[in-house]
Amino acid sequence: MAEGLFLAAARMTILYHIGRYFELLGLVFGRPERLGLYWKRTVEEMDLLGVKSLGIVALLSAFMGAVITIQTKTNIDSPLIQAWVVGFATRQSTILEFSPTIISLILAGKVGSNIAAEIGSMRVKEQIDALDIMGVNSAGYLILPKIVATMAINPFLVMISMFLSIFGGWLAGMESGIVASADFIQGIQMGFKPYHVVYALIKTVVFAFIITTVSAYHGYYTRGGTREVGISSTRAVVYSNVVILVTNLVLTQLLLI
Amino acid sequence: MIEVRGLSKRFGKVQVLQGIDAVFVPGKVNQVIGKSGSGKSVLAKCIVGLHRPEEGEVLYEGRSFHAMDKDEKREIRQQIGMLFQGSALFDSQTVLENVMFPLKMFGTMPRSEMEDRAHVCLKRVNIVDKDGLYPAELSGGMQKRVGIARAIAMNPKYLFCDEPNSGLDPQTSIVIDDLIKEITDEFNTTTLVITHDMNSVMETGENILFIHQGRKWWQGGREDLFHSDNAELNAFIFAGDLMRTVKKAKTGS
Repeated sequence: MAEGLFLAAARMTILYHIGRYFELLGLVFGRPERLGLYWKRTVEEMDLLGVKSLGIVALLSAFMGAVITIQTKTNIDSPLIQAWVVGFATRQSTILEFSPTIISLILAGKVGSNIAAEIGSMRVKEQIDALDIMGVNSAGYLILPKIVATMAINPFLVMISMFLSIFGGWLAGMESGIVASADFIQGIQMGFKPYHVVYALIKTVVFAFIITTVSAYHGYYTRGGTREVGISSTRAVVYSNVVILVTNLVLTQLLLI
Repeated sequence: MIEVRGLSKRFGKVQVLQGIDAVFVPGKVNQVIGKSGSGKSVLAKCIVGLHRPEEGEVLYEGRSFHAMDKDEKREIRQQIGMLFQGSALFDSQTVLENVMFPLKMFGTMPRSEMEDRAHVCLKRVNIVDKDGLYPAELSGGMQKRVGIARAIAMNPKYLFCDEPNSGLDPQTSIVIDDLIKEITDEFNTTTLVITHDMNSVMETGENILFIHQGRKWWQGGREDLFHSDNAELNAFIFAGDLMRTVKKAKTGS
């Protein structure tokens, strides 16, 4: 009985959050007051959320590509398997999963917590109230530029990640002597389907939308003080990751099978 | 003029405001006083439309705010200036950008005129040569003054000040009180000040509303405070020795 009530309450809470999330999206896509100001903010957000993430994306991608190459070689070390398979597997892992999904999960941590903390701080310091009282659509003004910025810039980050990851794999393979350069390059050219890159970029754009809106949702509805801003920031990362993982499965089913 | 009729507000099971009726007149500093947690700030937030009351209505010049459509509400909000307890200046913007913000958002004038207008407002609150500083680089009193400058940038018809003296020393508090009074006289704004600072009440209070346990307990002028027999009001006003001494000097009792 108690368990049933608990489940019912949990379902109600989830429905409440989903409803409020879509209500917020309705506000976000409301009529902007000054398109010029929104555009200026979008460019600033592209720099803050995108360009300033380039370092971590580049570092992670190069090292992950190197690790993928070494692990692939270790796991398929058989005379029956041709040497180019290492390059092929590195390319496929990178394009299909590592760059779009893992980098998005990393960005959910970096960018998502940043968004939730920024908007949450503005909420507890009454800056959002100040915008509302002035007659500004606070949700649109604060969140829409971030959505546009991440959806525009993340595909570029992911393409850079793809390149650096494969390059890192090639370099690691060469330097460690586990795969010859010619074999690796043959592998990354073997059976290449441009649609896989399109699939990765579609995922990236969807994940960028999820990271920004879920994190902004947690920041926008923060109540309390600095402790609650921290809690919102943590929740933003956790929920963004969960939604990304579920959406990844759905999109893979829809686009690849 | 702002009129509040039968306003009630509840958060969950907690009844914060109950059946508040009040009239806030233009050209005067209207004050809402009461203990912490009595519902003063909630009343102000209901009036400016940040909270939706369960019952009652708020009338701006006789028009019900909650019955207005989005555009009408936006129009009213553009006539409101508000000074927040913590100033609520935008951290990422400089002093000048903060004051220019409402002008950039809703004004139609060229940038040079916006800057001129922002400088006039900053000069009005005695802030000069601080254009490029960020809020974190200002003292509490300066932040409040910049907050006032931003609030008056659009020539508001209604000015709301939530605890304008909180966290300030007595001298700076007087400067802020005088500024609010001067701006009210100068622009003939309907000014509503939420406070529990008795110095402020004695300095500038013209139409005072006392809220107790979410209800309107008393309303009157500054001098009426000394002659009221309302027990809760007297307990609040004359809690300190200083106010009791003032009362004795004024009334002999």
